[in-house]
Amino acid sequence: MQDMANADCIIIQGSNMAEAHPVGFQWVTEAKKRGARLIHVDPRFTRTSAVADKYIGIRAGSDVVLFGALIKYVIDNELYFKDYVLNYTNAATLVSEEFLDTEDLDGMFSGYNEETGKYDNSSWAYQRVDDAAEGEYEFKQDHTLQDPRTVFQVIKRHYSRYTPEVVEETCGISREDFQYLADSIVNNSGRERTTQFAYALGWTQHTLGAQFIRACAILQLLMGNVGRPGSGIMALRGHVSIQGSTDIPTLFHLMPGYLPMPTVNEPTYQEYLDTVASAQQKGFWQLRENYVVSLMKEYWGENATKENDWGYHWMPKLTGAASTYHTLQKMHRGEVDGYFVFGQNPAVAQSHGYLQRTGLAKLKWMVVRDSQMLETATFWKDSPEVKSGALVPEDIDTEVFFMPAANYAEKAGTFTQTHRMVQWRYKALDTPGQGESELDFFYQLGKRIKERVKDSTDPRDIPLQMMRWDYAVDENGEVDPEDVLKEINGYNLETGELLNGFTEMKADGTTSGGAWIYSGIYAGGINHAANKKPGQDQDEFALDWAWAWPMNRRILYNRASADPQGKPWSERKRLIWWDEEQSKWVGPDVPDFPVGLAPDHEPERGAVGPAGLSGKDPFIMQPDGKGWLFAPEGMVDGPLPTHYEPHESPVGNILYHQQQSPTRLRFRGVNNLSRPNPGQPGDDVYPFVFTTYRLTEHYTSGAMTRTLPYLAELQPELFCEVSPELAEKRGLENGGWATIVSPRGVIEARVLVTDRMPHMKINGVEYYNIGLPFHFGNGEYAVVTGDSANDLLGITLDANTSIQASKVGACDVVAGRRPRGAQRTEMLREYQRRANLGTESGNVRLTPRVSEGIQEEEENFSDTKANQEGERG
Amino acid sequence: MANIFTESGQPSTYDPSTRKAFFTDTSVCIGCKACEVACKEWNRNPADDIGLTGNSYDNTGSLGANTWRHVAFIEQDSEEIEAARESGKKLISLGMPTIGDAAPAETEEAPIYDTPDFRWLMSSDVCKHCTNAGCLDVCPTGALFRTEHGTVVVQDDVCNGCGTCVAGCPFGVIERRNDGGVLKRDTREGADFTPGEKAPIKNIGVAQKCTMCFDRLQDGMEPMCQKACPTESIQFGNRDDMLAKAQARVQELHAQGRTEARLYGANSDDGVGGTGSIFLLLDEPETYGLPPDPHVPTRDLPEMWRDAAIAAGGMVAAVAAGFLLGGKKK
Repeated sequence: MQDMANADCIIIQGSNMAEAHPVGFQWVTEAKKRGARLIHVDPRFTRTSAVADKYIGIRAGSDVVLFGALIKYVIDNELYFKDYVLNYTNAATLVSEEFLDTEDLDGMFSGYNEETGKYDNSSWAYQRVDDAAEGEYEFKQDHTLQDPRTVFQVIKRHYSRYTPEVVEETCGISREDFQYLADSIVNNSGRERTTQFAYALGWTQHTLGAQFIRACAILQLLMGNVGRPGSGIMALRGHVSIQGSTDIPTLFHLMPGYLPMPTVNEPTYQEYLDTVASAQQKGFWQLRENYVVSLMKEYWGENATKENDWGYHWMPKLTGAASTYHTLQKMHRGEVDGYFVFGQNPAVAQSHGYLQRTGLAKLKWMVVRDSQMLETATFWKDSPEVKSGALVPEDIDTEVFFMPAANYAEKAGTFTQTHRMVQWRYKALDTPGQGESELDFFYQLGKRIKERVKDSTDPRDIPLQMMRWDYAVDENGEVDPEDVLKEINGYNLETGELLNGFTEMKADGTTSGGAWIYSGIYAGGINHAANKKPGQDQDEFALDWAWAWPMNRRILYNRASADPQGKPWSERKRLIWWDEEQSKWVGPDVPDFPVGLAPDHEPERGAVGPAGLSGKDPFIMQPDGKGWLFAPEGMVDGPLPTHYEPHESPVGNILYHQQQSPTRLRFRGVNNLSRPNPGQPGDDVYPFVFTTYRLTEHYTSGAMTRTLPYLAELQPELFCEVSPELAEKRGLENGGWATIVSPRGVIEARVLVTDRMPHMKINGVEYYNIGLPFHFGNGEYAVVTGDSANDLLGITLDANTSIQASKVGACDVVAGRRPRGAQRTEMLREYQRRANLGTESGNVRLTPRVSEGIQEEEENFSDTKANQEGERG
Repeated sequence: MANIFTESGQPSTYDPSTRKAFFTDTSVCIGCKACEVACKEWNRNPADDIGLTGNSYDNTGSLGANTWRHVAFIEQDSEEIEAARESGKKLISLGMPTIGDAAPAETEEAPIYDTPDFRWLMSSDVCKHCTNAGCLDVCPTGALFRTEHGTVVVQDDVCNGCGTCVAGCPFGVIERRNDGGVLKRDTREGADFTPGEKAPIKNIGVAQKCTMCFDRLQDGMEPMCQKACPTESIQFGNRDDMLAKAQARVQELHAQGRTEARLYGANSDDGVGGTGSIFLLLDEPETYGLPPDPHVPTRDLPEMWRDAAIAAGGMVAAVAAGFLLGGKKK
């Protein structure tokens, strides 16, 4: 993140960095001090906008249109970085003749299956050379970029209608501001200069959130802004170690090091390996088996052998999506008995509070581990549903166990922050009372479970019996967290020595490693996460401050910081380069490239893995070594970002007939209704849009901050931010009360009338956005309480990530406080009746043509109907 | 020259070259309020009455007995921005003394800064630690004193809670920590004290304000607010260095065409002899709730004494004349 200081232009879009990441923002301040231009593109004028050189207001959820227009602008005017694009991206690679674009199919790509709502991506593939062997990674290319099937031409055509006029109409960005933005990027890209983007949940929390990031990546690759100082796309993560919990994941579909979680579709070990990566591809993923076997050895120890496929068959296999929302759906079907809640407050922090809380009421038991008695733990006695009568405490069978948890200062371990840097932290003090760390809790739980099943003959207990569970403990019986980090780093099992990096991992069972990307963190037997050499005592890459995966590289793909011949693109932006005398890559950062691979090296035909890389292939994790402008695989909702309206948009899609993302994950049900699409009956009942977000003063559901008087007094109540125009339209007074009603819930908030909120004309329609911090809940443990903004949200997810769309929701707002008790529910129902909402309203995959009726599909999210077919993500 | 009104007529008790000061650069403030929280944490000040003010993101209102750093939030439209820029231009053309000799007068040639339609000013206010401190001048008990760092600090155990200093501060900074009554209280018992859970509220009934973390300075550490500030909006050091930084920064902004930038508290000829808290503001001081022309209330004392002397002299003369006249009559 320190690298932000090296940028010449920083564009923060989809993030309110100064408010949500105030400490990291120091590097933006530093860049500004060095003369960088800072532009904030956001639906709201925030504290980030306040210190930017320029604020550009954008309608929430329209980012692909803006990027499409910028991509078109730099291509049409030949302003992209040609040497970079030709050598380092897949621009010249030819795409299958079978591929059909959204321009051909009015908003759809080839391969869509109307039954499943999913794409078969086989038609998005590259064209193999005519003499290619089966599965060989040799593809047709046209370095003149003239062939209409080149990625370059496919992109050019795909965005041919994304013009500044469309940007003005559908993003609400004036042509002057568009030009300012385009000029800023163009003038700060190329050999001498770099532009950097930063984003956060403002991009991810949309039905096509992953495609927002892809769109930015295409632009940055075209401008040569990847792998260089002050370049790239900074993903600002939302929690201290959320990067760590992606690397060594709490995610259902991943294992450590981004190895996919096995599913029932990979019953054999070989099929699983082929799902991880192809044996014939280039780059470091081809070495998949080294990583998988080392992980299995870490999990199963001696029990994993070549003969038993390294214990692969003991691994649980996914039968379908298991995100938090899919699990919630199962709760409502009565399919979930128990629930562990760690560092999480679903009753407040997750979309659709009503479904969250009533879902908890269907469990048999729940363990809440926290340092606060938060709303999730007390839903059964003081939730809004108890007050409205929807839940009766005496009728709830959920047994709740509350266990005190150590907070961050009361346990040692690591934080992995935004830019993959793993930092060791020391324990400052003991946890009061019976509190303990997660590490100790899980260790003790594992020990007890293993003890319980040790004599079991039930086949399902075999994995538990086979699992290693032998961490070093101190004199108090508490796990030594450094021992865990060593296990993650991995060992040479023959010598007993710690590995120096993942390149030492083998597929023959002689190495172990809990997360291959973290291997090397304990190189030489030293805990490098605990390196704490002060910044002023080393250069600005500060390689001796903590450790960044992989291999302590601070800037990924940094081979791209040099030209194809291995020389820096410019002295000003040099990072690593080829040293002829030493025959290796050198520079202030650790090269993210085989260190002895000469720039002019060309691999032999048929070479695979790292040996298949040429000296000009910076993207060493990609199967072709190139940066992907066009994604032939990996994205479930299309190879190129395409503009779809948000799930609950008040305006129509002016680019395609298809209104919303056809692959978005929907959870239809009488309790998860959506506003009708524009032009449908009742589309004026919820005429406004609301966006939920964070404030500096609070943290997520507020359990850690609403309880602290010093923070509580700074933002003591839930408020809604509205433009003066909307305030006048609805008679709202600054400091007064407003009631906000969505198709899912009714809440009240104090009113802040401010010019910081937009009033726009979008596609010819008056557009108002209401801002709502989501930090408040009604739990009585906190100093300050308030209604929960997430009670308004519905559940509709991005198909790639299972992240909910929480930046655009439909609502109405009226002056005054909300009704109490059962009348609150009655207000909700009255709005639903007026809008004539049904489970299909705004909630069909393919936007029907006028002549077609809307087909009723089976619903799968309701209190009354159980056992419905769920979406499988 | 500037120090002829030194409080209570005392000679300087500190080395001016190591006088400590804040430089608060509001142009890089992100309004995170870390300074407010860090200050309260370190000094164990109680939270204020909790409530939403409806005044942008400011819910602590102003400096007071409990809030020793306060972040103001001001939302402005393009007209107000233009007015700020114009008023700044006038200051520059006047050769505003705080800017120094190198202030660029030729603002037309400066690059045009992109005027936004709207801006959101944020500024962290704090005690000014005046060169001539009104609070200290009027304190009858000696509870307020000038430290070796050149700062002004209340000795909690000496203060009798008379409140004279409250009226003596031209910035409205110092305040009695109120319990609704008039008694001074500093015990560990009471409704607000739960052992192991809740700290007692200290110094009830006593005048309270920023000490520039006197306790930390004694140990060679920086004030807590400065340490917590993520963007170096709050800087701390010797006053001479802070002044030089402030002057360099305002010139840098002027060179960018941001004529609205100006310094506050940097002028040693102002009514308080300059402050130990220098601010870079982006509008008139009043916009931030700061007095445009603060002066120490004792500033007029010498004149008053002189007038009094003249008046007394006149009276003596009159009496004498009366005697004389009377004598004549006689």
